[in-house]
Amino acid sequence: MTLAFVNAANHDVVVVRDRLIAAVGGPVPGDARVIDCAGRHLAPGLIDAGVFAADAAACLAGGITRVVLMPDRNPPLDDPALIEFAQRIGKPDVWVHPLAAATRGLEGVELAEIGLCAAAGAVGCATGRSSIADTGVMHRLMQYASGFDMVVVSHAEDAALTGDAVATTGEFATRMGLAAAPAFAEALGVARDLRLAEATGCRLHIRQVTTAESIDLVRAAKARGLAVTCGVTPVHFLLNEQSVTGYRTFARASPPLRHDDDRRAVIAGLADGTIDVIASGHDPRSQEDKRLPFADALPGMTGAETLLPLALILAHDGAMSIDAVLAAMTATPARIFGLPGGRIAPGAPADLIVFDPHASWRIDADASVASAGNTPFDAMAVEGRVTMTVKGGDIVWSL
Amino acid sequence: MTAAAPSIVDPSTGAHPFPHRHLLGVAGLAPWEAVWLLDEAEGWIGRAKRSDILRGCTIINAFFENSTRTLLSFEIAGKRLGADVVNMTVGASSVKKGETLLDTALTLNAMHPQALVIRHGASGAVQLISEKVDCPVLNAGDGRHEHPTQALLDALTIRRRKGRIEGLTVAICGDILHSRVARSNFALLGSLGAKVRAVAPPTLLGDAVDRLVVDCFTSMDEGLADADVVMMLRLQRERMTGGYVPSPREYFRFYGLTADRLKHAKADVLVMHPGPMNRGVEIDSAVADDIVRSGVTEQVEMGVAVRMACLDVLTRNQRGVAGW
Repeated sequence: MTLAFVNAANHDVVVVRDRLIAAVGGPVPGDARVIDCAGRHLAPGLIDAGVFAADAAACLAGGITRVVLMPDRNPPLDDPALIEFAQRIGKPDVWVHPLAAATRGLEGVELAEIGLCAAAGAVGCATGRSSIADTGVMHRLMQYASGFDMVVVSHAEDAALTGDAVATTGEFATRMGLAAAPAFAEALGVARDLRLAEATGCRLHIRQVTTAESIDLVRAAKARGLAVTCGVTPVHFLLNEQSVTGYRTFARASPPLRHDDDRRAVIAGLADGTIDVIASGHDPRSQEDKRLPFADALPGMTGAETLLPLALILAHDGAMSIDAVLAAMTATPARIFGLPGGRIAPGAPADLIVFDPHASWRIDADASVASAGNTPFDAMAVEGRVTMTVKGGDIVWSL
Repeated sequence: MTAAAPSIVDPSTGAHPFPHRHLLGVAGLAPWEAVWLLDEAEGWIGRAKRSDILRGCTIINAFFENSTRTLLSFEIAGKRLGADVVNMTVGASSVKKGETLLDTALTLNAMHPQALVIRHGASGAVQLISEKVDCPVLNAGDGRHEHPTQALLDALTIRRRKGRIEGLTVAICGDILHSRVARSNFALLGSLGAKVRAVAPPTLLGDAVDRLVVDCFTSMDEGLADADVVMMLRLQRERMTGGYVPSPREYFRFYGLTADRLKHAKADVLVMHPGPMNRGVEIDSAVADDIVRSGVTEQVEMGVAVRMACLDVLTRNQRGVAGW
């Protein structure tokens, strides 16, 4: 089938044929089904670089057509067979690009078969939800991965300092009586991983940088020409530590929410391009994981459905252009992980979304199509909504 | 037509004396509400003070963390008011996961107690339970967060010994980092006008404590200077053997309260300890047993009175007391 998208705010005519983008601009073919974008934006399908669940319904509603899946599964993705299987989870509507577990069982001790995993389709390897505490193991991992030109996705926090902390050290955590770790625990982890990247030449992607100090470290490393990229999820540029007031476990994140100075530093880091990627960190949690005393509850939140509107807040507030916000969720993650898609150009996969950047709506956890409703943004009014998601030339979701 | 309930609004403040359903912490209390509670507690002080106002009421003490004194104190307080008191103690290990916690809370709630007294090892756990039950909940200690009846009994002890709280210098010394007693006392004594100091080795002080108190000290002698009240905190055994301080004897050498060190404080200083005391670790026996300066046993006595007042006040609505 041939589709022709017309009247988009940012594109004249985009023609889709045989699951690929056939033409950008030019005449509308006579046999095409014409889709009138009615002044809305047309963008590449979003690539969500770092999710813990391949939640197809939530992804399509959020305009996500490809996800980079973290290896924190049960069992962890430390085996080529598991990598092959993981790629089929979301097909046909959402394509899953798994990251291999960097160490066996994600235990941070022995290297996993990352080369075989890469051959089976892993787009990189990851340390998982936590960092590799042993610097020797991390060093060997990055040496070894550099031989495959494989990107290592790191959770950068000093494990010994972080311990069982559930909050960031400061007056707020002290008043709440929560076990806390200093914000510089992240900077120490980032500094270590950057130095190892420099020593090994390995490509490093730090999945989340959330403090002013660690963003400064990444900024300086990039200026030195290091092959490092980093990302963040919306919670760290929209909320600060006080969002857990009343022991709200839905706002429990890892790394924990930070002081407001750090939150603003994240926005500055996104604005100047130090932070490359915005991902959802989509992590549906059941009541059993969340309706607990704060320190016993598991961190994480859903986010696939709300990724675009939450990221667009950066554009609406003037911190970034809409194109820059989109690039952090399309072209940039495609480049880092070597994925097709993420662009609107002839020959690219026909993964497209139509969205209205100014449509206002209210996030409603109860109406969510995700497999759980654990979002700290419930009832928040947002601007920007996906109205159509196209995957491989098929309209797979529309509002 | 029913007669209007008699007004219980305090003419001096124009407010309801205690507009709270639960007692989860002292941080939520206005200073005049805390003072009013202390006044209520004064009425329950004394050997012969008992009553049957809570006859027919069931009070459940649900303790998810080990306790002897607080549990006993709540039990006696309830019984002196004529209530049927039931204790449920759960070892820290058997109930750790929260769905069990909430299930336990709902089970207790379904037994329709007139009040639930809860202690739990996790900060915020008591608040979580209070959101799911329909009777008043009294926090008997949650993690490192709050221990409101302890702070109230400390305030009452100070007020009776010193005649006032406002303007006094109170040095709270020891394991501030892990102490809910310290947090509740910072909030309560601070709001009642005391000049509160925190004194601890840097590893046990906690971050940004200077925002909660007037002054922080890492030297005992400086922290005790001209103090009217010295409140020692218990140091858990597992924290004094290399984790936070190298050894008990080193801790005692630098942070133990001895008669010699106490000379830095005012001559009529009041020494307090929430108990149980580690003699020879945070406090020297000579100081602990000083019948003039030590208020430790009086604290225990005030504990019962404060808890009687809290149980009385928080159950008034259910007992149909006019105006509540």
